[in-house]
Amino acid sequence: MTGVAGTKTTHSAHVLDETRIREQFPILSSTVGDRPLVYLDNAATTQKPRVVLDTLSRYYAAENANIHRGVYQLSQAATEAYEGARAKVARFLHASDPSEIVFTRNATEGINLVAQTFGRSTVGAGDEVVISTMEHHSNIVPWQLLCEEKGAVLKVVPISDRGELDLDELDALLGPRTKLVSIVHMSNSLGTVNPVREVVERAHARNVPVLVDGSQAAYHMKVDVQALGCDFYVVTGHKLYGPTGIGALYGRRTLLDAMPPYQGGGDMISSVTFEKTTYNEVPHKFEAGTPHIAGAIGLGAAVDFIASVGFGPIVAHERRLLEYATNALTAVPGLRLIGTAPQKASILSFVLDDVHAHDIGTIVDTEGVAIRTGHHCTQPVMDRFGVPATARASLAMYNTADDIDRLVGALTKVREVFG
Amino acid sequence: MSDLRDLYQEVILDHNRSPRNFGPLEGADLQADGHNPLCGDQLSIAVKVEDGVLTDVRFEGSGCAISKASASLMTEGVKGKSLDEARAIFEQFHRLVTDQEAPVDPSLGKLAVFAGVRDYPARVKCAILAWHTLRAAVDDNHDIVSTE
Repeated sequence: MTGVAGTKTTHSAHVLDETRIREQFPILSSTVGDRPLVYLDNAATTQKPRVVLDTLSRYYAAENANIHRGVYQLSQAATEAYEGARAKVARFLHASDPSEIVFTRNATEGINLVAQTFGRSTVGAGDEVVISTMEHHSNIVPWQLLCEEKGAVLKVVPISDRGELDLDELDALLGPRTKLVSIVHMSNSLGTVNPVREVVERAHARNVPVLVDGSQAAYHMKVDVQALGCDFYVVTGHKLYGPTGIGALYGRRTLLDAMPPYQGGGDMISSVTFEKTTYNEVPHKFEAGTPHIAGAIGLGAAVDFIASVGFGPIVAHERRLLEYATNALTAVPGLRLIGTAPQKASILSFVLDDVHAHDIGTIVDTEGVAIRTGHHCTQPVMDRFGVPATARASLAMYNTADDIDRLVGALTKVREVFG
Repeated sequence: MSDLRDLYQEVILDHNRSPRNFGPLEGADLQADGHNPLCGDQLSIAVKVEDGVLTDVRFEGSGCAISKASASLMTEGVKGKSLDEARAIFEQFHRLVTDQEAPVDPSLGKLAVFAGVRDYPARVKCAILAWHTLRAAVDDNHDIVSTE
């Protein structure tokens, strides 16, 4: 992979070369039946570039050993690759130090880790945790479990008809008992990009720490945890063009140091006797057992890949495509977009007259177009908009206007079937 | 993938547009709720039973065309049948939508329009939800039925 792979340097460093990008994703040249695949379910998971696949294969073929254990060279090389991946993720999120990056299975585990460590040691009876209506179930249920255990109260910031966070309501909900705000950076069902910096400022003004769920945001826009000022930030590797089963939690070092361990086991200790165990330092304190070494190294390759394309070209490309898709879809008779916030990115959730989303999904699939249908693990959002489900097209760096045309074409087939 | 018309047959589209036996059932003897968390399909089935015969069956709820039409056609198919007959039809219907090899049982009558579902494994749950819910109702099992 060269430093500027995928960008059209002959014209402008800010124009993404669709053909060169697409060539790097083997699955994009596959077919569904006799139709070329149009993959528009990126909010569920993104496809993987060859460099990530090659990294995984090379690791297992030539570098596999357990880490933090062996004195032999192979183990040292694996340890260096794993810790090198941590440094890459730290750079990607603009954390001040790699020790602030904890590897997890996914974003869900990152949130659960914070709930079970920071949450259980900080939240008591009558305390409050603040989330919003547009959270994914993974940023609702861990807090419900915590609140149930502790007798604490979950407060929910409402959203507008366009799908925007109500900041005045956030202010009203922040009180002396608020122990944490946990908020999504970018909604997976609406596309809304929340003003995280402002949320953090308002929460910090009351000494309330903030966790940000960056599952969706991190592959669409540059994330700088220091500029955002947040205290925790979670991402998942498989939405960053990386492997499944690996994610990362950024935590402010002072908070991580003060938090109790998450799971017990090997690697998270510095010494064990039956009388007393002392824990390893962060981030290892939170990584019990043999981690997903290959996954972490693959994630390192994935964030390097994103960096080599650059968020300048990615953001510009996806913004143009979102505008194109928004215009094309709103021109479809009977189609209504759910989620129309002025600040949104790369997600088009919609309903089509009285045709159920599931029927839409099946019919467009026969045209080779993969979209998500259902509640997208955000049932409260569906309730808020009074729909049982939506169809959702979500974009990534490799999507094109042609993909959108294929989707719109497939939607006319829905009309043909349902009349 | 087979032709979409095999899945969305005219009878199915008709029952989706104008579901039969749709609405509350006054004085129901048995009732059960079913949901399909993946799709958001939710329906409830209510029945009247006299001397072991389903004298009335109605349903309410929301869902995709397949689940709605399935519920609608089911209410027509089991009304007037005995509980045992209804259970037997359930088994036949289950085979119809899940078993790729099974010949279509002529005794299913109109319900045979759901044979196309077997080629769409992701949609089997939609077609079967009403039936699982009916079985829960007649077996007097009031836990919410889930096809997940």
